[in-house]
Formats: sequence, structure tokens, C-alpha cells
Amino acid sequence: MCTSKDICVIIGASHAGVNTAFNLRKEKWLGKIILIDADPELPYHRPPLSKTYLTANTSTTNLLKPIESYKKDNITLLLGKKVTRLDAVNRCLFLDNETKIDYTKLVLATGAKPIIPTIEGLKETASYFCLRTAADIVAIKESYNASKTKKVVIIGGGYIGLETAASLKKIGAEVVVLERESRILKRVATAVISDFFRDLHTQNGVQILENKEVSKVENTLENGVKVTKVHCTDASYFTAEVLIVGVGVIPNTELAKQAGLKLKNGISVANTGETSNLNIYAVGDCAYHYNLHYKTYVRLESVQNAVDQSKIIAANICGNPLIYNTIPWFWSDQYNVKLQIVGLAENYTDYIVREEQDKENVISVWYFNNDELLAVNAINHTKAYVFGTKFIKESKKIAKEKLADTSIPLSKDIAVVN
Amino acid sequence: MAKITFITSSNEKITVAATEGSVMELAVNNNVQGIDGDCGGVCSCATCHVFVAPEDVDKVGVASEIETDMLELADDANEYSRLCCQIPVTDAIDNVVFTVAK
Repeated sequence: MCTSKDICVIIGASHAGVNTAFNLRKEKWLGKIILIDADPELPYHRPPLSKTYLTANTSTTNLLKPIESYKKDNITLLLGKKVTRLDAVNRCLFLDNETKIDYTKLVLATGAKPIIPTIEGLKETASYFCLRTAADIVAIKESYNASKTKKVVIIGGGYIGLETAASLKKIGAEVVVLERESRILKRVATAVISDFFRDLHTQNGVQILENKEVSKVENTLENGVKVTKVHCTDASYFTAEVLIVGVGVIPNTELAKQAGLKLKNGISVANTGETSNLNIYAVGDCAYHYNLHYKTYVRLESVQNAVDQSKIIAANICGNPLIYNTIPWFWSDQYNVKLQIVGLAENYTDYIVREEQDKENVISVWYFNNDELLAVNAINHTKAYVFGTKFIKESKKIAKEKLADTSIPLSKDIAVVN
Repeated sequence: MAKITFITSSNEKITVAATEGSVMELAVNNNVQGIDGDCGGVCSCATCHVFVAPEDVDKVGVASEIETDMLELADDANEYSRLCCQIPVTDAIDNVVFTVAK
């Protein structure tokens, strides 16, 4: 199918792009592989802050692969290079220095970028940070280390904001999280989960404030220290030396748009990863795809999705037809609590909460659409996560009364034998 | 300094040494095929599944509850299975042999 003259260019070197490159070699791609990213760092796990990077003493990021791996698999890395133009008709692209690169197949692993909310004064505030790249984290670390009061305000109570709050708290910060919605994690989880994490953060000394819409930020002096004053619509305000914005991301679709690809909440792809142009594929955070199990279109921002999609795309590019059909999963580590999520809870009709007897903070939430188990959110409860994964994959019906009865230990017997 | 040997599914034998980090990090940093460590080492993905040589089980120790539960996701797990992101590199595991799961 492919020859040594073919060139596969991959734009974006995070989980999706890097894994696609290595999977292409596994699938016997004979031609060149060129992996391009605007980030100058050797590709690393993202987002580094939400893991242990901030609390670790090392200055290096957590690399996805050692440099020798790229050499061994003959993958050309073009790091610190931005792709500015894509010409899908002539199958070539241009870097910011106008270098032209031809391709046989192109993979867009362009990811997503942080949303910067329209808040008066925010853009003029020098000391606000987002949470996406290694450079962001280095900047946060430096700013935090230089701060006198160690006061941090985080705008946004989603997973990224909360994981960051936990990491910063560990190194002694005074952290306030401002959430615009009525509860943290509202977009992604039920109130039980929000309540759990609100309590967890409060116990650890992080202030979680909900229904707080930020209206304005301004630079000011407080006791001789330069701080940012964060004003909310209810007239309350908070001061910070480090201001972090984590209110979500939007997919990077500029190049796809230039190429005239079909877009919808990201780059529309078929189950093979192919876009509306047969020589261009999209993978990871930027790819809007159809989930066969849930029969719905989704765009997922997760390592699992990036890694699993990269296998499908590499196989299809090499002429081995495979379709993407997986159950999404996700995790979040905060303090010593592990949250593991499997499935998509959208459109649930009811849910069951299990708080395991005699075990502190071992909780699982099981989401249903009538008889169908959709998703499980497991807090410190890997067993629930594992059972949930198996039940969802096998489309098992659950005996809900058994599941709800915590005097019955969680076991495979809660599934109704078909 | 601990010297550790990995045997990959293509029967490649790789012996490397380290003083710190996890066995998963050691494997990834040395290109051991089949150990991906997709989650970065927080016991959330089961892509660093290895089998401990039976004679080394005492040296390596046993899996935690979370790890044992995660291993349930691997179809080929057995009594010698470990997720090697959960095994710290120390002198205690000098000369241990890990076989990478398929």
C-alpha cells in the first residue's frame, strides 16, 4: 500500500500525534514520518501540572518517549515550528519560516487551546496563566516561587482547575477556586461528585466558591505587594499574586478550515479517523467523531481517546481497515483521591450511588438510561471502575436493587444473567 | 543501583540499571517494547503490565488493592502480574527479571 517515497506528516506532538507516529511504524509505514509541533520541548505528558510536575523537585517534564525512540523508528521531529499554511489541493504545508513540506498523508493532531474568557482587564494583566504547555507550567512555577503572599486564584472549577488547586496546595499555596456555575464539575458530573470534591478541597484548605462570575481583574498594590484584584459580579473580590485560568478548551481547527475540511465542534472524522479529505486524518482532542457504543457524536479530551484513536488512524493510513469503537475512560488524581470514570453519562435518566460500608471515601456513582448502564464514576474504587468497564463493554443489564444495597458487596453478581 | 532485565514479547532481552524512579519509567526510557505507560504512572491505564519471574516475587513484593483491581482489566493477568509503574526501582529488586505482557 505504501512505498518508501510516501511521506506522512503529523501536526501536533502530544499523546495523539506521537502515538500515531510510532503506530505508523508498527503498521509498517515504509515512508518518511515527520512530526511537527510549535512547542520546542521534546513531547511530554500533558497537562504536566495536573500530575506531579509542580510538586516534583525535578525540572524536567515527563517525556512521552526518550529521544532515542524517535531515532530508532526514524521519525523526524520538527519542534518549535509552527505550521502556518495548509494547501490540501497540492498536498503540502508551510512552516512559519516558509519552508514547504509535501505530504502523501496528513494527520491533524492539533489538539485544543485554552479558552480565554472575556473578562475586563484580563488580557492586560501580565500575571495570568493557562494550563496547557510545559512553558505555561514553568511560568506558573516561577511566578509562584517569586510570590510573597503565595495567594493563588483559579478561575474555573473543572478537573484541570481542581487538580491544579490540589497540586498548588501541596506546595503551600493559599488557593481560591472561583466557579461560575452553581457547582464545580457541573458540566461533567452529578452533584454527588461535586459535593465530594468540594468537601475534599475544603478539608485540604482550598476555598471553593461557586456562583462566582468574574467580571473584572485589575493590577493593584496591597501592603506593598503587586497583586491582581479579581472582582466578581456579586461585588466580592479576591487578591492573587498568581492568577490561573482553567475554563475549558476549544479545538484547534484553523488549518482544517484552511483545507476546507468539514468542521463541527472540532474536525469531523469518520470511524477510520479520515476527515472529509481522503488524504487527511484527524486524531485526539481536535477530532469530532462518532461513538458506536453510545450512538452519538463526541469530541473527547483525554489520553485514552488520543492513544486509542492513534492506533486506528495508523492502521487505516497503512491500508489496514479498522474502525474506532471504544468505551471512553478518564482519571483524575487529587490529593490522595483517585477518581476513575468509564463511559459517557450524557442523557442519563437515573443514577445509583454506592458508598461502601466500613470504607471511608470509597464511592461509586452508576449512571443509567433506563435499563442501560451508561457510565460509572468511581472514587477510590477501582473495583467499581473495572466492573463498570466490563458491564458497559458487554452491555450487561444490572440488578439495580442489588447495586443500591451496600450490604451486598460489589461483585459480578450484580449483573443480571442474560 | 539495581540491574533489571526485561523480556519483550519478541523475546528481546534488555538489561538496564537505575537507582530511582519506577520500573515503568525505566522501561519507557530504555525503549522496552510493549510498555507504554500511557497514564504517566498513576496506576490508571494498565499499559505497563509485566509478569514477575516466580523466583523474584519475594523481592518485588505484592500489588496494592488498586493495582490488583486494575489488573482485572488485563485478560492475561495471573498471580505473577504487576503494573510496573507501581514498582519503585531500589536495590531490593537488583537482578529481577520482568516479562512484558502482550
